[in-house]
Amino acid sequence: MLTIQDLRAAYGASEVLHGIDLKVEPGEIVAIMGRNGMGKTTLMKTLMGIVPEKSGSINVGDAALTGLKSHQRVARGIAYVPQGRMIFSAMTVQENVETGLTVTGQKTVPEEIYELFPVLLEMKNRRGGNLSGGQQQQLAIARALASNPKVLLLDEPTEGIQPSIIREMARTLRQIRDRKGLSIVVSEQVLSFALDVADRVMVIENGTFVHDSPRAGIDEAKVSKFLSV
Amino acid sequence: MFADYSMSELGAIFAMQGFAGLILFSVFVLMALGLAIIFGQMGVINMAHGEFMILGAYVTYIVSNIFAAYMPALFSMYFFVAMILAFIASGALGLFVEWAMIRHLYKRPLDTLLATWGLSLILQQLYRSIFGAREVGVSIPDWMMGSLPLTDMIEVPINGIFVMILAVTISVGVWIMMYRSNWGKQVRAINQNRVMADAVGINTAWTDRLTFGIGCGVAGVAGSAFTMIGSTGPTAGQLYIVDTFLVVVFGGAGSLLGTIASAFSISQAQSIMEFFLSGSMAKVLTLLTVVGILMIRPQGLFTLKLRK
Repeated sequence: MLTIQDLRAAYGASEVLHGIDLKVEPGEIVAIMGRNGMGKTTLMKTLMGIVPEKSGSINVGDAALTGLKSHQRVARGIAYVPQGRMIFSAMTVQENVETGLTVTGQKTVPEEIYELFPVLLEMKNRRGGNLSGGQQQQLAIARALASNPKVLLLDEPTEGIQPSIIREMARTLRQIRDRKGLSIVVSEQVLSFALDVADRVMVIENGTFVHDSPRAGIDEAKVSKFLSV
Repeated sequence: MFADYSMSELGAIFAMQGFAGLILFSVFVLMALGLAIIFGQMGVINMAHGEFMILGAYVTYIVSNIFAAYMPALFSMYFFVAMILAFIASGALGLFVEWAMIRHLYKRPLDTLLATWGLSLILQQLYRSIFGAREVGVSIPDWMMGSLPLTDMIEVPINGIFVMILAVTISVGVWIMMYRSNWGKQVRAINQNRVMADAVGINTAWTDRLTFGIGCGVAGVAGSAFTMIGSTGPTAGQLYIVDTFLVVVFGGAGSLLGTIASAFSISQAQSIMEFFLSGSMAKVLTLLTVVGILMIRPQGLFTLKLRK
């Protein structure tokens, strides 16, 4: 569903991603692990067109994303839950989700989104900024799902969230995948969450993948060695 | 200063000055609404805002002349046509200016200030070359002249009432567009986080252009309304721009209600003081109060309280 070939990205002259190749099957959940500064967020931002590609190609299904603006990429089936959630804090919960509808042309939020996140329905007239961290994370995911994506990107969704909610989030993400059959790419530092949620675990280091293993039969000790400083 | 007047006279003075204040309030609101969109929502410091208003005024002047020359029978209705054309003309100029200039400067507010100031000088000279340096007046249709006597001592001018109705209508219209339409939602999302707004699928470049155009269009309608209460000259926009920014900043940028509340308090204070003191003294006192309040509350009167 998502195909990345030899993707390179740079901030000015310093190249951060050195030729990333990745193929994500429909309905597959891939976790990208790595320490700080190894290129996880840059990879996400490059996929979304926030950081420009230097070379390489990105495809969602048959649609090429390379060189497009963010909103054009969203229209072609990719959605993004950024690090730090970045919800529109002065807007109500409902309005936040509705911003995600822009590319679909729908006017009302599909019920299934509120079924996945019942707490958002309860709070739909509150301002996003007044929600707790865990609720804001759910809101950010709901907003991304509103654009009806084929590929969902999540950048460190567990950051600053309590352990019980992290486990619930893993469950919700798998549920979303099962219901909608979309592919999910999640960048992570918490190994237990990655093992909970992913079908496949990749490790990124200095802008290239150094490890690729399916969930079944993963060498946990080896992956955690990559993550330790 | 009150000693020379009897109680009933004082009552009538307050009522009439209060009404004059309401008219001034409507004028402030009309001026400030366009800027509340452009500065309040987009954060663009548009020094040429006054010139967009004056464009609306000149459009009204042209339309009134055309009606007088070719369709005298319909002259009493020309004003409504003029307002629509003023919106279109100022809006179209706004779209063009955004495309040619503003969009390159979103991340450079200081340069925007200088560039739009330059634009305002260019537009002023353009008006001077086309319409002449002298102020032009628009003849008002008969039904808008005169005043409505409420009691023996209290009279209210009809064109004032018209301006008030216009201000209320446009305020409600802008509020609906801002808070009940998709466009408004997108504008507010962009205002809060431009990069993220794009990443949820909003075409930020197009929305920005449309927003700037609508803000300028509203300024054009305001300019159209001004022809009823003042004359139009190439530099008339300069007179309004300071008050307009004052109203928007005092109200709290980004808050429509704040803009209206601040327009109300500034105009009422000024209008009532003007009767008893001189006009410039009233202005000095108003400005001092506003500066004092802004020193205590730099974010303006109305702001949202949110978790940080």
